[in-house]
Order: sequence, then C-alpha cells, then structure tokens
Amino acid sequence: MKHFLLASFLAGAIALPAAAADYSIMAPAAPGGGWDQTARTMQNVLQQEKISKRVQVMNVPGAGGTIGIAQFASQQKGNANALMVGGYVMVGAILTNKSPVTLKDVTPIARLTGEYEVIVVPTSSDIKSIGDLITKLKADPGSVSWGGGSAGGTDHIGAGLIAKAAGVDPTKINYIAFSGGGEALAAILGSQVTAGISSYGEFESQIKSGTLRLLAISSAEKVAGIDAPTLKESGLDVVLQNWRMVAAAPGISDEQKKAVTADVEKLVKSASWQENLKTKGWMDTYLSGPAFDEQLAKDIASTETILKEIGLVK
Amino acid sequence: MSTFEFLLQGLVSAAEPMNLFYALIGVTLGTMVGVLPGIGPATTVALLLPVTYQLDATGSLIMFAGIYYGGMYGGSTTSILLNTPGESASIVTALEGNKMARAGRGGPALATAAIGSFVAGLIATLALAFIAPYIVKLALVFGPREYFALMVLAFVTVSSAFGNSTLRGLTSLFIGLALSLVGIDQLTGQNRLSFGVPDLLDGIEVTTMAVAMFAIGETLFIAAQGAQAPDKIEAIKGSVWMTGQDWARSWKAWLRGTVIGFPIGAMPAGGAEIGTFLSYATEKKLSKHPEEFGNGAIEGVAGPEAANNASAAGTLVPLLTLGLPTSATAAIMLAGFQQYGLQPGPLLFATNPQLVWGLIASLLIANLMLLVLNLPLVGLWVKLLTIPKPWLYAGILVFATLGTIGANPSVFELGMLLVFGLVAYVMRVFDYPIAPVIVGLILGPLAEQQLRRALSISQGDVTVLFTSPIAAVLLLLAATALILPLVLRLRGRGDVLNQMAASED
Repeated sequence: MKHFLLASFLAGAIALPAAAADYSIMAPAAPGGGWDQTARTMQNVLQQEKISKRVQVMNVPGAGGTIGIAQFASQQKGNANALMVGGYVMVGAILTNKSPVTLKDVTPIARLTGEYEVIVVPTSSDIKSIGDLITKLKADPGSVSWGGGSAGGTDHIGAGLIAKAAGVDPTKINYIAFSGGGEALAAILGSQVTAGISSYGEFESQIKSGTLRLLAISSAEKVAGIDAPTLKESGLDVVLQNWRMVAAAPGISDEQKKAVTADVEKLVKSASWQENLKTKGWMDTYLSGPAFDEQLAKDIASTETILKEIGLVK
Repeated sequence: MSTFEFLLQGLVSAAEPMNLFYALIGVTLGTMVGVLPGIGPATTVALLLPVTYQLDATGSLIMFAGIYYGGMYGGSTTSILLNTPGESASIVTALEGNKMARAGRGGPALATAAIGSFVAGLIATLALAFIAPYIVKLALVFGPREYFALMVLAFVTVSSAFGNSTLRGLTSLFIGLALSLVGIDQLTGQNRLSFGVPDLLDGIEVTTMAVAMFAIGETLFIAAQGAQAPDKIEAIKGSVWMTGQDWARSWKAWLRGTVIGFPIGAMPAGGAEIGTFLSYATEKKLSKHPEEFGNGAIEGVAGPEAANNASAAGTLVPLLTLGLPTSATAAIMLAGFQQYGLQPGPLLFATNPQLVWGLIASLLIANLMLLVLNLPLVGLWVKLLTIPKPWLYAGILVFATLGTIGANPSVFELGMLLVFGLVAYVMRVFDYPIAPVIVGLILGPLAEQQLRRALSISQGDVTVLFTSPIAAVLLLLAATALILPLVLRLRGRGDVLNQMAASED
C-alpha cells in the first residue's frame, strides 16, 4: 500500500514538470485569487481555441507577486514559452517591498482585464452619499476607517487618492488592511469599519441584495448596469482601475516577443475569452505594444507618487 | 418546496451511480492530498477545475465536496502514524495520536479520527443546511476586538498543551512568536526580519515549519540514537478496533469538537487550526484521565479531529450565504460556482436552491463515503508501523521533502525545512516541547493584526477592547482559565499546610 502510494505520488510529481507544454503560466499568487483565476482562464481558452496544445499553470504565492516575479525573471530567462500574470497590485508591491526585481526585468506583453474600484458602506450606515463621506473625512480624517485589501495595494492607493483629491492629507487616512477582499467584506458588513473600498466584483452580490450601499465608482464615465456616480462627477478627480496583465520572460528575441503578442491577441479576440470575461465580471482592457508600455510607465510613476504621499514609500 | 424536500431531492440526485463515482474519486483524491504534506485541497481543486468543465455542475461540485472533506480527513492519518501533519489543522492530532500509535493503539486512534470526522461532518453539514443564516449573523458580529479576545482565550487555554514545564513551554512559544514576525507586515506593508531575502517576504510557511519540526526533527532524533533506540515500535497491542471504553471516552469529545469547530470555521477570520487548539485544551480540562494527556489520550484525537471537520463545513457558511470565501479551498470553489454562471451570495439560496441543496447532499454523501473507505483501511494503515525503522524514516524524509517542494518549488524553502528540522532536533534533545512553536507561529500574527486593527479603528482608545460584550465575555473566560488553576493550587497548598499543622499536634 505504502509503496503503491509513494510510487503514485512520485509519478505524479515527476509527470507534472515533464509534460511537454507550449506555454507555462505563472500565477504569482495562491490559488483562488484574481491572478490565479486569470492564469487558469487563459489556460483553458488557449487550449480550447487550440492556440496552444498544452498549457500549465503554476502558483508562486506571496508578497503581492514580488516573490513570483523574482523567480520568474531569474529562472525563465530567454524562455519564450514562459508567461506570467501580474497587475496593478504588483506595481504597488514592487515599490513598497523595495523589490530588487521590477517589471523592467521582464517583458510586459499586454494588459488584459480590469476592474474599477467602488466605495461602499453598510446599508445601516448614516452615510448616504460620497459627499457625506467626504464631509466626515474632512472634519476628522482618522474617524473614517477604510476597510480594503492589502497595504499598498489598489484599494489602499484608492483611499489615498480620494483623500488627496478632497484636500485631506493622505498620510492621515485610517486605512485598515485585511488579507483579502473577503475578510474586508465581513468587516464592512459587520459595521466594524466606516467604509469599504475594493473592486466592484468583491461587493457585487451584496450591493444587489441591498446589504451594502454603493457610494461611487472609480471609472472615468458611468458604467452601464452599475447605478453609482463616478468619483469625477462627485468632484473628486480620481480615476483608478485594478488591471491585470501578462508578461513574458526577459531576454527573449523580438520575433519571439511578436509571436507571444500574436498568441495573446488571438486569445483576447476569441469568443470563449469574451464569454469568460462576462461570467467573471471583468472588463476587457486589452492594450498591447508601445501603447501599453507607455501606459505602464505612466501608472508606475503615478503610483510611486501617491505611495510616497501616503507615506508607504520613502 | 420545503427545506426537507429540497434536501431529499438533492440526496436522490447525489445518489445516482455516476455521481457516487465522482464522490468516490473526490474522497480518494482528497484523502491522498491530505496525506501528502504541503499539497492541500486548494491546489487539488484548482488542478481539477479544467477537468470538471466536462462535467455538469452537480457532478463537479460533488467531486469538490469529496476532495474538501477528504483532505481534512487524510491529514490525520500521517499525523497519527508518522507524526507528520499533512495539513495545519491536523497538527494537534499528532500530539496524542502519534503517542497512541507508538503504544500499539494506532488502530483506535485512526478509528476515532475517522468516526469523529464523520459525526462532526454530519452534524455540521446539517447545521449548514438549517441554521447557516443565523450562524453567519453571529460571525459578522465578530470584529477585530472580538477576534483579539478569542486569540487571547486561545493562547491561555492552549498553554495547557505546553507539556510539563511552563518555562520550557513558554520558551518554545516565544520562538514561534519571534518566527511569526518574519515577513511583510500586513497592516503597513513594511518588511520585518526578512534580511533582504525575497523568500522570507511572505513569512514562514506553517506547513513547512510543522513538517520540519515534527517529521524531520524526529527522524534526526531517532537516527542520532542509533542502535540504542528500541528496535521496533509495537504496531498493534490489543484490538485494532475501538474498545467499549474508547467509545465511551470518544463520543463526548466528538460532540464538543463539533460545537467548537463549526462556529469558528464560520467566522471569516477564524480558521480550522484555532478550533482544534481550543478543542484539545477543552478535552484536557474535562478529561477524567488528565495524566494520559501527552502520553496518548484518545480524547485528544477525537475532539480536534471532529473540530477540524466541523470547521470545514463551517467555512461553507459565509461562502454560501455571503459569497465570501474564507479559505483558499473555498475561494477555488467560488471560482467553480462562477464557471456555471452562479454567484454565491445572499441570493443563492433563493435563486438556485437545487444547487445549494445538491451541494449539501453531496457533502453528506462524501462524508459517508469517507467513513466507508477509511475504516476498513485502518488495519492496513497500522501495518505501516511494522516497516523496519530505517525504511520507515527514510520514507518519511522523502515524503516530507516531496510535500514541501510540491507546495513551493524553491531551494530556500527546502533549506528552511532542514534548518528547522535541526532546530527541532536540538529542542528534542534538551526536552523542549515542539507544539508551542507552531501555536505561536499560527496565533501570533492573528492576535497582533487583530489588536492593531482594533486600536487603529478606535484611533488608539484601548477601552474598546473591553466594551464589546462578546469580547468582554471571552476575556473574562480567559482570565478565569488563567487565574482559577492558580487559586486552586493556592488552596491546595493551604490544605497541605493545614495537614502539616494538624500532624504536629
């Protein structure tokens, strides 16, 4: 029995890495999160659409993706079959963790999806509008506790940007970091914090069932199907999107980069990808080539500024 | 349709031959990954997600349910037989279970774990079906200060698991607490004690630590004894099955474990480990045989094993009622739901009752199947111990290493496994208990974060920690648990003094 078990485990352990795969995608996070789901959706669509015969996903969790990116940059150098999922959270994490490996050390291919941030309060709260929240924030920044995801992530940056736009010192915000959207949601529903800030998807079913009140959304224009004013309309000049991207390994040739980009474009244009976006509530924010590189550089610069202003990066 | 009719309908569909087959695959896979340290149910479900695209929603959910419960159960087998916890929730099981196995009582230990898991799974699944909406309301009342009070209670009660010397136990605990500080601080995003090593940014993995402390440390300890060590562990002494006395001592522990595990599992920041700690401490307090604790007390296996399975069902409460995944496995199951266009949340019970009840029914079926699958295997598993020692311990080393690499393919992680194995060896040689290190590593960060969150929300006002009724009650319980033994001891000494005075007369 034992020999059989051990043998089968060994076989399983050996079989995984030995399998011939066209692409291997690293999700620099634990199974279950947004990056993991992005990687696994890519895996399915790439295989379904026959863009790639076999795709495998591996998880390297930890530290906002900075552990994964460090491993990816050093181990996959020159490997044109290796992909990594990443996103806006990684931009912030690289800065706050002072990661020696940055997005400059990999080959960014394209932005794939995005979700806007929303600000919510429990329905029982006496805060009825984003204006009420800002009034309270201006009167005493510490009295407004914001519940959201990890420190230095998109949610934290969002709270900092809102405070700044309202003319409140961003270092004074009382941001309570939770290990994930789920734990933050519990604290918001239980009225443990004043307001919540996270991706729309995290709060969607609570907003629809009426247990959370949606105050504002961080998009540039109103989003169809979401009944909330934008922050811009409310007089706060903040547009913020939690986007996700895919990158290839460093040191690949220009032809290889072109081939990967072409495959990713096929992926994004496929019907099954579009269908997956719909069921998951992700927006198609596909952007590749020089336009993406430019946008990425802009995002990194603005993130560094706000993280310095919040006081997370010196 | 009434609740009962939905449940019956779910049971009928779950009992179809094809669905039973999926359940069998699920529980078998689940048990196997539970056995292998490092590879948890979350990874397995994630790997299987693409496979289940071919199945219908019911079939794949049944398989997930099997993996989920199987994983919780499988961890106990290696804990008991090899002192190698496969999951962090079965660390406590190793404390008494492995002692029992060494004394030739591995059979009853495995049996009480299997039946306890079944009983707890059954009760907790029924509770999930009928009182989930009420439990979730209770869980939401728990904010940072209540969690902090719960952690204080856990610290105080668990200290009874610290062996015979308080000083040594506390030393071990503080080693664990110090190690728990390593990594990025959750609340500010700043690095602590990571010395520029990227692998340390995310802190020290609990399962790596547990495997190193228990399995590697023990292997080194046995190897160092060389020829002096007793030649063979007596594999079977007395019956392989539970005796009447075993049953009598187990059933209350199962029930108490369930009552403790289920609500804590349902709390968004609860987690399965805390339930097992509290259950172990409770059993030790209430046992008529406290002297057996530390030497293989059956209650110490029965209670925590029931608690971890009950908390597995508890985790599904916030998932189904709020759409709130509180464990990695639950997060993947959420992704599985979304694959079929379902959004778990407050509306799920109303919009998709067949599916919810199908899931609950399949949990019941998976639970039963686990028992059917595992009880006959107990006799076989116990034979593991008859393997000659060099083979057995070499096997454990391979097992531990593979599991660690499987969970995190990194050279650094492997190095950490060996270094902490050496630390555990030294601790064993000098008679320091191992378990408190793991307790500190798990509870330390939870207590710290919740305390800081509570104080941050209150803007530094310490009194909030006592002004919530739940927190106050929990802290009061903790204070009682701390002070009562002291008072009793003082009174005991008073009696002795009186006797001495009396005898002088």
